[in-house]
Amino acid sequence: MSQPYRMETQNLSVYYGKHPGVRGVSLPVHDRRVTALIGPSGCGKTTFLRALNRMHDLTPGVRVEGRVLLDGEDVYAPGVDPVVVRRRVGMVFQRPTPFPTMSIFENVVAGLRLVGVRDRRVLGQAAERALRMAALWDEVKDRLHAPAVDLSGGQQQRLSIARALAVEPEVLLMDEPTSALDPISTQAIEDLLTELKNSVTIVIVTHNMQQAARVSDYTAFFLDGEMVEFDATDRLFTNPADPRTEAYITGRFG
Amino acid sequence: MPDWIYRRLGDRLFAALVVFLALGVVAAALLVALVLYQGSALAFRTFGFFGFLTSQAWDAVRGQFGAWPPLAGTLITASAALLLAFFPALAAAIYVVEYAPRWLKEPVAYLIDLLAALPSVVYGLWGLFVLVPPVRDGLERPLFTWAAVHAPALVPLLGPPTGIGLLSATLVLALMIVPYASSLARDALALVPQSQREAMFALGATRWEVVRRVVIPYARAGIFSGVVLALARALGETMAVTMLIGNAVNLPYTVFGPAATMASLIANEFTEADTDLHLSALIAVGFVLLLLSLLTNLVAGWMLRRLARGEGRR
Repeated sequence: MSQPYRMETQNLSVYYGKHPGVRGVSLPVHDRRVTALIGPSGCGKTTFLRALNRMHDLTPGVRVEGRVLLDGEDVYAPGVDPVVVRRRVGMVFQRPTPFPTMSIFENVVAGLRLVGVRDRRVLGQAAERALRMAALWDEVKDRLHAPAVDLSGGQQQRLSIARALAVEPEVLLMDEPTSALDPISTQAIEDLLTELKNSVTIVIVTHNMQQAARVSDYTAFFLDGEMVEFDATDRLFTNPADPRTEAYITGRFG
Repeated sequence: MPDWIYRRLGDRLFAALVVFLALGVVAAALLVALVLYQGSALAFRTFGFFGFLTSQAWDAVRGQFGAWPPLAGTLITASAALLLAFFPALAAAIYVVEYAPRWLKEPVAYLIDLLAALPSVVYGLWGLFVLVPPVRDGLERPLFTWAAVHAPALVPLLGPPTGIGLLSATLVLALMIVPYASSLARDALALVPQSQREAMFALGATRWEVVRRVVIPYARAGIFSGVVLALARALGETMAVTMLIGNAVNLPYTVFGPAATMASLIANEFTEADTDLHLSALIAVGFVLLLLSLLTNLVAGWMLRRLARGEGRR
């Protein structure tokens, strides 16, 4: 594996005050692959994920140590604007977060408006492209100007994905994107991931091991703030190196 | 009390008590309206309801009374004060919720709220002794002198630069209503879910973009409620305005010159109303003020429902 990784953390630790939520994690993120982070609740996988696009900057009292390389450059280096990092590394959250005062269309292009895109035609094309990528276009193309909150929960989550994709991020971070959804919507989003990885690098946090096994190419197992094991998904699930990984994937705890 | 009585009657007793107390509040409000209406009957009979509302004459000696001058005074001072107060109030709310470091949030919010606890008469005194001199010497006189030389057409519009009048009253009124608008706006901003902010940050927004595009729109109904509360307060504010506005019920008003609002007119004249008609006219002004407040609330309620509708389910 000599090709450069799209993203890579080196000895990354995240502290809440003095308490370390994540300790010394070094994880490679392969280009245009799905990397899944699994582990029991409270193991630090979400904390780790949020360090990748500097979301912790917004929370007072949280400190990040170590390096997060994006195309070989540390996103925590002095002089790096977190706003620019977040434009390149998008994020989808656990619960759908449509902006309630905006229409479906305005939600999708919200990120483009931030960078000053005004041209209706450009916005329209970008919205259609993002909605198609998120497999939502056919369901909403006739009501783009309806309030986004009129959509169902599963549609709202795909809208959140479309909104994140519209700014054409290089990496998409997903924090348990299906945990608030019913099985059919979950299925739709899992199918979507397989499509998306042709163009985007994805890191997904999930506490659903079957989901990790289904959608990811690489899997990292977290426990108590540390990364226990990282490997290709099929190998990690069939032949784990660490007994703790084996205990977790065979359902003995977590 | 035996158990069975409790079980049988407890709920009903409580319901009856709540209904009784609630109706009491409604009854009190209706009684106020009724008494005001009865007291103003003489004035309305003499001048007619719309005649009273639109007449510009307010002359106790000749027995001519019309509500238009104080009504106009109330509308001008309240809306101007609201315009002046809105952006500082919103800015203060945004600062406290979005920008202030944690240790500073509480003290700043507390100080702003304290502005609402100051008695009106203290605002009046402060206005007279602290605000009026610099407004007169630093703002009104220079403007007046400039206008006298360069734009004589403006002079009758500006009026006498004495410091006591429409401008001073409006400035103090604006200060008084800031905490009302700010406090509700602050609550509304604080209620915006963190997930909304994070979703916008994650798209590569700066803090100000998050505030402008997500937080303020999300909180708009609450911000608007604060505006309505502030307006209601401005419409009825009496003491400080009476002390500063100069109490002249003659149209046309000027920017610097004395004027009157409905509340200031009542406060100023009710002790010296020695004819029945004069007293009745003052009560009628009170009735008009009540109607105006009612109208404001109805319109505000309607607009609030429209604002809330766009937000839909969540």
